[in-house]
Amino acid sequence: MRRLLLYIIILTTGFIFLGRLFYLQIVDESFARLSEDNAIKVVYDYPQRGYIFDRNGELLVSNQPSYDVMAIPRNVKAFDTSEFCRILNITPEELSIKLDKAKIYSPRLPSIIVPQLTKSEYAYFQEKMRNYPGFYIQKRSLRDYQTESAANVLGYIAEVNRKIIEDNPYYISGDLIGKQGVEGQYEEMLRGVKGVKYIQKDRFNRVIGPYKEGIYDTLPKKGKDLTISIDAVLQAYGEKLMLNKRGGIVAIEPSTGEILTMITAPSYDPAQLVGRKRSPNFTKLYYDTIARPLYDRGLLAEYPPGSPFKTINALIALQEDVVDIHDRFSCSRGYVYGRGRKLGCHPHASPLDMIPGIAQSCNAYFANVYRRIIEKYPTPQQGIDVWAEHLDSFGLGDYLGSDLSTGRPGKIPNSKYYNQIYDYPTYKWYATATLSNAIGQGEVLLTPIQLANMTAAIANKGWFYTPHMIKEVDGQSIKQKEFTEKKYTTIEPRHFEPVIEGMHQVYKSGTAASLNIPGIEIAGKTGTAENFTKIGGKRVQLTDHSIFIAFAPVDNPKIALAVFVENGYWGGRYAGRIASLMIEKYLKGTITRTDMEDWILTHSLEEEYAKPISGEPFTINK
Amino acid sequence: MSKSTVGFDWTTILIYLLLVIFGWMNIYSASLGDTPSSIFNFDEIYGKQALWIMLSFFMIVILLSIEAKFYMRFSSVIYIISLISILGLFVFGKTINGATSWYVFGGVSIQPGEFAKAATALALANYLGDIQTNVRTFSHQIKAFLIIAIPALIILPQPDAGSALVYAAFLFPLYREGLAGIYLVIGFIAVTVFVLTLVIGPLYVSIAIVVLALLSLFIKRNKRPGYIWILIGIIVGIGYSYSVDYIFQNVFEQRHRDRFNIVLGKEVDARGIGYNTNQSEIAIGSGGWLGKGWTEGTQTKGQFVPEQHTDYIFSTVGEEWGFLGTSLVVLLFVLLLLRLLFLAERQKSQFNRVYGYSVAGIIFLHFMVNIGMVTGILPTVGIPLPFFSYGGSGLWGFTILLFIFIKLDAERMSF
Repeated sequence: MRRLLLYIIILTTGFIFLGRLFYLQIVDESFARLSEDNAIKVVYDYPQRGYIFDRNGELLVSNQPSYDVMAIPRNVKAFDTSEFCRILNITPEELSIKLDKAKIYSPRLPSIIVPQLTKSEYAYFQEKMRNYPGFYIQKRSLRDYQTESAANVLGYIAEVNRKIIEDNPYYISGDLIGKQGVEGQYEEMLRGVKGVKYIQKDRFNRVIGPYKEGIYDTLPKKGKDLTISIDAVLQAYGEKLMLNKRGGIVAIEPSTGEILTMITAPSYDPAQLVGRKRSPNFTKLYYDTIARPLYDRGLLAEYPPGSPFKTINALIALQEDVVDIHDRFSCSRGYVYGRGRKLGCHPHASPLDMIPGIAQSCNAYFANVYRRIIEKYPTPQQGIDVWAEHLDSFGLGDYLGSDLSTGRPGKIPNSKYYNQIYDYPTYKWYATATLSNAIGQGEVLLTPIQLANMTAAIANKGWFYTPHMIKEVDGQSIKQKEFTEKKYTTIEPRHFEPVIEGMHQVYKSGTAASLNIPGIEIAGKTGTAENFTKIGGKRVQLTDHSIFIAFAPVDNPKIALAVFVENGYWGGRYAGRIASLMIEKYLKGTITRTDMEDWILTHSLEEEYAKPISGEPFTINK
Repeated sequence: MSKSTVGFDWTTILIYLLLVIFGWMNIYSASLGDTPSSIFNFDEIYGKQALWIMLSFFMIVILLSIEAKFYMRFSSVIYIISLISILGLFVFGKTINGATSWYVFGGVSIQPGEFAKAATALALANYLGDIQTNVRTFSHQIKAFLIIAIPALIILPQPDAGSALVYAAFLFPLYREGLAGIYLVIGFIAVTVFVLTLVIGPLYVSIAIVVLALLSLFIKRNKRPGYIWILIGIIVGIGYSYSVDYIFQNVFEQRHRDRFNIVLGKEVDARGIGYNTNQSEIAIGSGGWLGKGWTEGTQTKGQFVPEQHTDYIFSTVGEEWGFLGTSLVVLLFVLLLLRLLFLAERQKSQFNRVYGYSVAGIIFLHFMVNIGMVTGILPTVGIPLPFFSYGGSGLWGFTILLFIFIKLDAERMSF
């Protein structure tokens, strides 16, 4: 026993130690995690966000340094808070709340106290810096807008929210992300890839060097510079014309599908959503539920297309071989169908064949054409589905699948839709029930970009490229198949000639005869669309939307556009004028008809928009 | 070499070398700065330790060339010189880390307490080895205890409770030589009552003592102690428990209380007093099976574990070498200790055997207390891990302690 005791104690101790070590090192994994937490710090190195240029190489968006006032609470000594607050334009309460939060977060780690100083605030604060121990300034990069327009095209930058962080492991709290427009759509290209540095810390949280000599570190990859297809001059000009009006303009280069302008009105200065002003400004824009400046009407507003839609009905009729361009239809201030119902029309010569029918925008002509399309088939269901298929080939009634951050499908009704609303087969329905489709009213809804794309397809005589904004990435032309492959419509090229001629005649002898540009041949179509709103649950008609589509020059189209001006009354009044000025601006660079320009600039529709919300009775179309 | 030399025990020497070299590798990692320089850069801790190791090899040659009889004959002289050297600390000592345990000559500091253990072991061996000494007699027990207690009592108020505690290791040779087992039992009970008092308070301990005493009445009459002894046991037990409580609350300083409280689980304070142990456990726990690799430990580099190159060197092993490394070190120590016991038992002379047991006991106590502390099993008591921890005095002290025994063993036939 006397010999064995120490043996036993030694062996027992050895076993206890092995057991304890096995537990610490193998069984309990919480220690390994704690170790990573307290010894290694991950530091991100943010690359410059890519610049955005317009189609002519003009810089639209670059970066500017911004300055955050940071504090390390344990180093903060007593200081003159009133002076501090005055320089930085904050209240003492805000300051004390921020400092308390920082202290709770960590006494040793820096927290942002005042974010995103302006350059002048920074310059002033920098001089007083020595009075504020524990505070320092951290530089960040913010967007710097070289243009006051195209806010809807460019989008904006915001801090990531919790959902983004959960969905995408790339982002961590405090990161910035592009939202909407080009910033949102091309976020991954623009942002580049942030670099990661693993830094070894000591027990005081001081940095003592890279972790494992930096073998896990990565270098940041600079964001790519984008050239977008927008023409900044035309965009700014269009926005100017749309001041005090609501609506959207989309212009496309038919030969490439590149979007030249994409205007929504009202809009805002993109610089409003940068820096410290972002939050209050965004709130203001967001809660303006009447004018809705954040609502991109060019992409989202689904309007009845009105008369421009007649062009496509003419094309379908020719393709379906149900009319000859010389077939004439008479019009007695409208078209009468079943049980005394009448589709009204304005006074013009009668009867008309196709080209003057388009030029004069005769409702009766197109009512006949539309009926022939639908009634060509044994049932109206079959007829309407054939009709809808042709429209589908123009990209109507569905999402365009473009690189735009948002969009709407519009609406092209088909047999399923009408069967449902008319409760088929209990009740039957016929072509006449859908007659509004003939003139782009009723169930049909299109967004301005769909209408612009349709115009481009007409200008190209039967094909289009999906409209897109991206032109070059880091100086290299894009190669995405969806933007470089032609999409063909179901209409044969030969049928476009008479329709284009009709649209040309709109300018020569028709509804836009007063809107000609000297030296430029334009093809276009006016539109005047009835529209309704609900006031107190009652359906109330408002002043018509003023609509216009056009492309020019006729024989070599360089621009195709669609203009919607909400409640602008007839097509030629606002939309036609704006389209004409836009075309001249783009093709000539200068405006010769300054009287027309002045008319648009000095005319406001604000009064019109005030009517339905005034609570007073009002008259329309005056 | 004397003709009676039968050869050095190379097993022990090999284990010694493995521990010293592996120890140095971990010290190197724990003290590696941002700019690695030559391993013999004596401004760096690892450079100094390399020097101490070199010098200890040199010292081994000297220790092994001295005739074994010298150690026995001069043991009293060595013991007295050693006592003077630790007493001198009260006059000339320098305070480092709160303990006045150091002499400083120029840039070199020496801790005489590290050498006193070997001296005490020699003195005890000499006394017990004397043919006239009988450890079973009370007066001889008193003398033996005095030999052990004097250096411990000198060291205790320096204050260096850890080093003083090590002298308890001499109970092992005493027991081996015939000290009544009751001393160990009483010692064990004393520790248990001590710990229980701190955990559950003296009242419950007293109740437990009384209950146990009453239960002992059911033992067969011829085997149980007399009533008077049971009564004395109750009184002494309760008195001891209350005095432990009194001493703990009124004599101990707060830092001592804190150290006990953490190990007893009464205070969980990761950022405060328990910081050392907690960080040490994190470092060891983060090692996993194979560790993070030599000089790759994040905890070690971040110096999260205080005193990592000295008392907490084992946490570096844990982090960088994983369970593989820690179990290897534990096995090396167990092997060394078992080998020492084997060697001690084969000695012909009582002097050699007592000395051998003393060596094994001292190394074992350091091993147990140090690794127990670093892994969070035992209270924080600052004593080094033999051959492993940084420090010239410690390394030399253990080297002298061990190699005198190797020399004694080599010449065991001449006694």
